[in-house]
Amino acid sequence: MEEQTSASPDYPGEIDYLELDTIIEEQFGGDKENLIMILQEIQKRYNYLPQATLTYLAAKIDIPISTIFGVGTFYSTFSLEPRGKHIISVCLGTACHVRGAEKVRERLQESLNIKDGQTTEDMLFTLESVRCLGCCSLGPVVRVDDDIHGRITSDMTGTILKSYN
Amino acid sequence: MQGKQTIQSIQDLETIQQDYQKRLYYPAGIKVNIGMASCGIAAGAKASFEMAAKELPSGNGTQLCQTGCIGFCEEEPLVEICAAGKPRVIYKHMTEDKICDAITGYEKGEYNKKWILGQLRDPRSLLETEIDNPLADVTPLDDIPFVDEIPFYHKQIKIALRNCGYIDPDSIEEYIARGGYRALLTALSQMEPKEIIATIKESGLRGRGGGGFLTGIKWETCAKQAGERYIICNADEGDPGAYMDRSILEGDPHSILEGMLIAGRAIGSNHGFVYVRHEYPLAVKRLVTAIKQAQDSGLLGNTIAGSDFHFDIKISTGAGAFVCGESTALMASLEGHVGRPRAKYIHTVEKGFRNHPSNLNNVETYANVPVILLKGAAWHAQMGTKNSKGTKVFSLVGKINNTGLVEVPMGISLKEIVFTVGGGIPKKKRFKAVQTGGPSGGCIPEKFLDLPVDYQELATVGSIMGSGGMIVMDQDTCMVDVARYFLDFLKEESCGQCTPCREGIKQMLDILTDICQGTGKDGDIELLEELGDMIQKFSLCGLGTSAPNPVLTTIRYFRDEYEAHIKEKRCPAGVCKALFHYEIDEETCTGCHLCALKCPQEAITGEKKTVHQLDQDKCIKCGICYDACTFDAIVVR
Repeated sequence: MEEQTSASPDYPGEIDYLELDTIIEEQFGGDKENLIMILQEIQKRYNYLPQATLTYLAAKIDIPISTIFGVGTFYSTFSLEPRGKHIISVCLGTACHVRGAEKVRERLQESLNIKDGQTTEDMLFTLESVRCLGCCSLGPVVRVDDDIHGRITSDMTGTILKSYN
Repeated sequence: MQGKQTIQSIQDLETIQQDYQKRLYYPAGIKVNIGMASCGIAAGAKASFEMAAKELPSGNGTQLCQTGCIGFCEEEPLVEICAAGKPRVIYKHMTEDKICDAITGYEKGEYNKKWILGQLRDPRSLLETEIDNPLADVTPLDDIPFVDEIPFYHKQIKIALRNCGYIDPDSIEEYIARGGYRALLTALSQMEPKEIIATIKESGLRGRGGGGFLTGIKWETCAKQAGERYIICNADEGDPGAYMDRSILEGDPHSILEGMLIAGRAIGSNHGFVYVRHEYPLAVKRLVTAIKQAQDSGLLGNTIAGSDFHFDIKISTGAGAFVCGESTALMASLEGHVGRPRAKYIHTVEKGFRNHPSNLNNVETYANVPVILLKGAAWHAQMGTKNSKGTKVFSLVGKINNTGLVEVPMGISLKEIVFTVGGGIPKKKRFKAVQTGGPSGGCIPEKFLDLPVDYQELATVGSIMGSGGMIVMDQDTCMVDVARYFLDFLKEESCGQCTPCREGIKQMLDILTDICQGTGKDGDIELLEELGDMIQKFSLCGLGTSAPNPVLTTIRYFRDEYEAHIKEKRCPAGVCKALFHYEIDEETCTGCHLCALKCPQEAITGEKKTVHQLDQDKCIKCGICYDACTFDAIVVR
């Protein structure tokens, strides 16, 4: 099985199928019901969902690849494209929106020269918008990886980006 | 944790309770409780904790503890400092530069009033009436208000949030100290499942997730079904602007487990599932810890507390889909499928998860259950209005002075929430509307501010209670833009299987986008109303049937704003970029030069102390100057 998919064109590194097995079988018991959580774990490992891992997963837990693509494209967490080293999530929840989150997003788009959902050419940043991180009192909120930055104004975005360069 | 000793009886609970009440209320040395929910951490609580840990190493009599959030998010990081025989003081804005001084000051009896939010009058939870107030013999501090006298807390009654900010969420013993798991043991040893259901029914508790269905009736219907039954907790809190579930999950996870266990006992189920958003990693972490502790204490698993009841709880994480807040979609997602709702001619209490009877309640609902069982149905039913009993947690956010989580009795007026508890609108701006119920709710204008908060009353003005998001809007919020915002959200989140929702929302959004861009035309408002009516009538699930609410309520109450956009090509609030421009008011500009320094486009020029000029060709309407000007000299035209 490994021979069929190991020549993955879309993932620059090597895919560790033994590790994938551990995720699928040991962590999640090879249970189809755990598909979403398995995909989350794969994404955590590779930063996105490489095609080869999905093909392998489909065979492993006996789910059609089309179903896996369905799930992978339905939920907003998942990305089928490689993403940057740092994921910038601009919260566009209502509280952040009324406090000017849209302006923050525009500034970020301008300074990174990418649109929402895209990755910078140097693969350093991916810009995503999310709907509510639950830190509404600190709005507008921007999350970079696991750090939440609160009470952001559009003139603060430059300083934040610099600290991740 | 003391070994593997499991809890078998109420006496066992009481032993732990007495021990840990001492630790909570009469700590050895100085105890510092740092509010470390996600919001606190984002405000700098973690850095404060680390600084205090570095400067005040353990062993010198200072204990540093993490707690959840006591709700007053505006003042975060919040830190409570206490010692036996001394007042319990809550410090605000405790960033890393201040925390050590605050602790050493407290130790010496020097209290910096500027840093203090207030002092506690009574730290006990509402389930600890059997002990005396630990602060009864402590002389309170002069000139420092009691926390319960502060307007933000004065009207609050904490039931669902009873432990948030008062205990270490990673300690089952501290939960037990404040009356936790007693309701479960009472339910197991002294109550028949039917009695539990009767109590919940009589209490009038309604679903706190938005539906408002009577919890007791739901439990009763599910209990009547044959075969394996499931207990599910909806912790997918998808409403943007609502975060009470996160706060409970992060601050008091055992209260949810206890509520689910009681539901399991009442309904006759042995398996529970918590469906929690992946955007809440800390909530997941604390839930996992809580589940392990409950298992180790014999409160989850087989023969719970020595009874014949067994119950396990599994955590499933969602993957970012608002529609998964809908019961059938949530259950599909739990099964590992795409989260598409189905028609509900058969309810999920009959056929839900894995086609089995499933009882789905929201986090806040479960958190209320143990208290109702111990305090009694009548106690709960005496709070609130005829149709809505008890309390409700609201997240008070947006253009409001006191942002935070508030738990208030049902029936309180919107005015009291916004202006008394919330402290009104910042920067002396004018209140415009309050949005309740998230994307399914509506915008309520000033003329209805006296409305009592109640499931029915909110419906009469076109909104809903929803999960409790309350977003306050002021004169700078454009209502057409808000309507467009919600539809843009719903267009993304529509699962796409039924045409009225998928296509209808998109058409409405296109019209609203045109209006916001200045290309709206006569008849657009009527067309929006017609489309809204169609979507409400013919959509498959709750997402679609409620989707037009934000548009229809804003048209109903703010039609003049729509007309200004369409007829005069003007956005009165200065939000829709195509429909306004900034100007510098010559009368009020003092020439302080602040705007010119901040402008990213160098569009503002002028010598200091002279009136400045704004080059319209360079201006990108980012609003930085508007926010920066302290003299209101930048105006929207």
